[in-house]
Formats: sequence, structure tokens, C-alpha cells
Amino acid sequence: MEQVLTYLGYILIVIGAIFLFLGGLGIVRLPDIYSRLQAGTKASTLGAMSLILGVGFLNPAWLVKSLVIVIFIALSNPISSHALARGSYRHNIKPWSKEDIDAYRQYLKEEGQKEREEEAKQTENKD
Amino acid sequence: MQTKSLASKPVRFLYSWFLFFIVWLAFTTSFQLPEVLTGLAVSLILAAISYETFTGWGFKGIKLRNMWWSMVYILNFIWLMVKANLNVARIVLTPSLPINPGIVEFETKLTNVYAKMVLANSITLTPGTFTVDVVDNKFYIHWLDVTVTDPHEVYKEIAEPFERILLKIFN
Repeated sequence: MEQVLTYLGYILIVIGAIFLFLGGLGIVRLPDIYSRLQAGTKASTLGAMSLILGVGFLNPAWLVKSLVIVIFIALSNPISSHALARGSYRHNIKPWSKEDIDAYRQYLKEEGQKEREEEAKQTENKD
Repeated sequence: MQTKSLASKPVRFLYSWFLFFIVWLAFTTSFQLPEVLTGLAVSLILAAISYETFTGWGFKGIKLRNMWWSMVYILNFIWLMVKANLNVARIVLTPSLPINPGIVEFETKLTNVYAKMVLANSITLTPGTFTVDVVDNKFYIHWLDVTVTDPHEVYKEIAEPFERILLKIFN
């Protein structure tokens, strides 16, 4: 039984290392911040999760602890990448796009117009 | 479909305390008295600070039916996540880099804020998609390999496998 757990642990660690490597490769190869976040969120989350789980299998006393860490990564990693993407879009970093597909720009335009109208109203009221 | 009402404040407080304490137990994996007492104190402080935003339903959310669908959801999610990773790995390893990125939108049928959070996080962790912004019931999704741009098609492609189960849990 212990033998099986050890092998399973090593296999998980190798899988994790491979996915972490692929995530790094993706960050080098992909064209803009948004695509790079794709590699950063997916590959690195699964990589880190399976690596930590592998460590848990190698040392069964840490298994519950590593499970808690895995759950925490699964909950927190997408939130941070979402915040990075939203922040960079609002700082006018344009996404690289072959066919210029961008629904979010339209929304921001409308929102910006509303804000400007409200500001205009407020200044009118002041006068 | 009606969303459930919020639980009363003491219930929510107890629920947070209980949950934080379980996490503490899982993390220390020790039942020695000093450690358990410290855990009780620490989780009490944490619950006092965060119970108002931490939970809405309290213990009402824990039902056998919900647990079953949560299990189904988690298994389904792990499978989709492994597929997503293989997909991104394939794209990164192909020399010509076959991508067509863009930001698309769709409307969700979910009304509960927690359900929306779970959906947004799930989308971020699966096939070449991640959530850029959520405005009311509109999701803005960055897609690494856009195949359709019509909101309904996008909904079918990205959100339906998750929402089918989420609707059962949260409504």
C-alpha cells in the first residue's frame, strides 16, 4: 500500500512539473497579457495542485494539509488572474486579436458615455 | 425561481466559526487540547471579523441533495480542467501557435451571487477561457480560440455544462 502511494506521489509530482513547464513556455510564446494569463491560470494551477498533492501522497501525514492547500489554490488563483486581466484592460492595454473580437470594449464605451453625461449634468447643476 | 433568504446573523456567525474551525483542524491534524483551544479562539476572531460577507445562507445551504450535486460538479469540473490543460498544452507546443483570441460576452441565468462567483472561477480554470469582468448578469470572457461570437452560442459553448448543475445547487 505504501509502495503504491509513493509511486502515485512521484507520478503526480512529475505531471505537476510538466504542466508548470508548459505554463512557463506559454508565457514566453503567447502574444499578449490576456493570452499569457490563460497559460498562467490553467497550466500553473493544475501543475501546482498536482505537485502539492504528490507531496501529500509521499508523506501521508501531510495529505490533509496538502488537500487544504490545493482547495485554497483552486479558489484563489482564478480570482487573482481575473483581477489582473480586468485591471490591465481598464488601463487601456489592448488585447491582441486577429479578427478584432471585443465585446468588452463596447461595454466600457457605453459606461464611459454614461459617466460623462452624469458629470455634465452635475456641472450644469452647479452653474 | 426564487432565491433563498439570508439566515439570521447569529446563525451565520456560528456557521463561519464552525467552518473556520474545521479548516483549522484539517490544517493542524492534531487533537491535542492546547491546539484545539487555540483553533477555537482563532476561528472565533476570524468569524467575528468576516461572517457578514463570508456566508449568506448559513446551515440552510448544507443539504444532502446539495452535497450530491456539489460532488457531481467537482468531478465534472476536474475532468473539464484536465481537458483544458491538455488543450492549452497542445496550443503552446504547436509551432504555428493556432490561436484566435478575443473577448466575447454572454448572459447567465444564475441570480445568486455565490453561484455567479463559482461560475466565473470555473470558467477561468477551463478550456482556453477566462472571466475578464462580470456586470450584473453579463459575463465578459477572454477566449483563446474564438469559434463563435453570438452570445447564445457562446453561452452554449462555455457556460452550459456548469450552469446545468449550478442551477440545481443554488435554486
